[in-house]
Amino acid sequence: MTLPIILFFVFAAIAVIGALMMIFFREPIHSALALILVMVALAVLYLLLGAEFIAAVQIIVYAGAVMVLFVFVIMLLNAGEEERTNISKLAHYVGWPLGIFLTVELVYWMLRAPIGARATTATIAPGDPTRDLSMLLFRSYLFPFEITSILILIALIGALVLAKRDS
Amino acid sequence: MNEIPISYFLVLSAILFGLGVLAFVFKRNIITVFMAIELMLNAVNLAFVAFDRARGGPHDGWVFVFFVIVVAAAEAAVGLAIAITVVHNRQSLNIERVNLLKF
Repeated sequence: MTLPIILFFVFAAIAVIGALMMIFFREPIHSALALILVMVALAVLYLLLGAEFIAAVQIIVYAGAVMVLFVFVIMLLNAGEEERTNISKLAHYVGWPLGIFLTVELVYWMLRAPIGARATTATIAPGDPTRDLSMLLFRSYLFPFEITSILILIALIGALVLAKRDS
Repeated sequence: MNEIPISYFLVLSAILFGLGVLAFVFKRNIITVFMAIELMLNAVNLAFVAFDRARGGPHDGWVFVFFVIVVAAAEAAVGLAIAITVVHNRQSLNIERVNLLKF
């Protein structure tokens, strides 16, 4: 057991426990805090995979901006404990097994993926990875990148129109 | 050195995605359902970064993660605005109260 493996298991466990906490907590604010835990753990895993830029973006955009938006809306709407509604028998007896079956099947096929046998040492591209990323983003993917700015503009206008309380 | 097999990350991604699906189906609160979507998007991002690492070469996988994050941010903004509108109209965050189109 070397340090990276130990780090991987510690933060993988934190991520999975955080996701379980998100499911089982009934207060939305607790779920949101558990999801922030998952996102921070995932940022550490991105660092283990050598993706420093993605790790920083994960912390700044996801744990920072998106989750602050969630927490803000939870506070704004004064969201209390989730109501317990009697979910249908079908959902109760078929839903859980099907969800768990989906997970097991995904795990199975991910284990079968031929690429999975490679280790993180197998291929390390020379050079500065973040520089390569910016080259890709502003050369090969320049058009999609510009399209995303329009997407964000539309989302901004849409959010304004939806959330505005017109008299 | 860093010698974790890529499959570890892929399995973790699959588990997180499955938990996200379960949360999406079983949560009864609009905001928690959105959080379940964010969890699934995060799981997919982890798979993208892991595949990118296994591939080595140019980091196209990171570009896709970048776009997924952008779309997730836009989706969260619009989705939460919809949640606010629903609460104003229904006085409840429970998705079972939003049943006008339900057969």
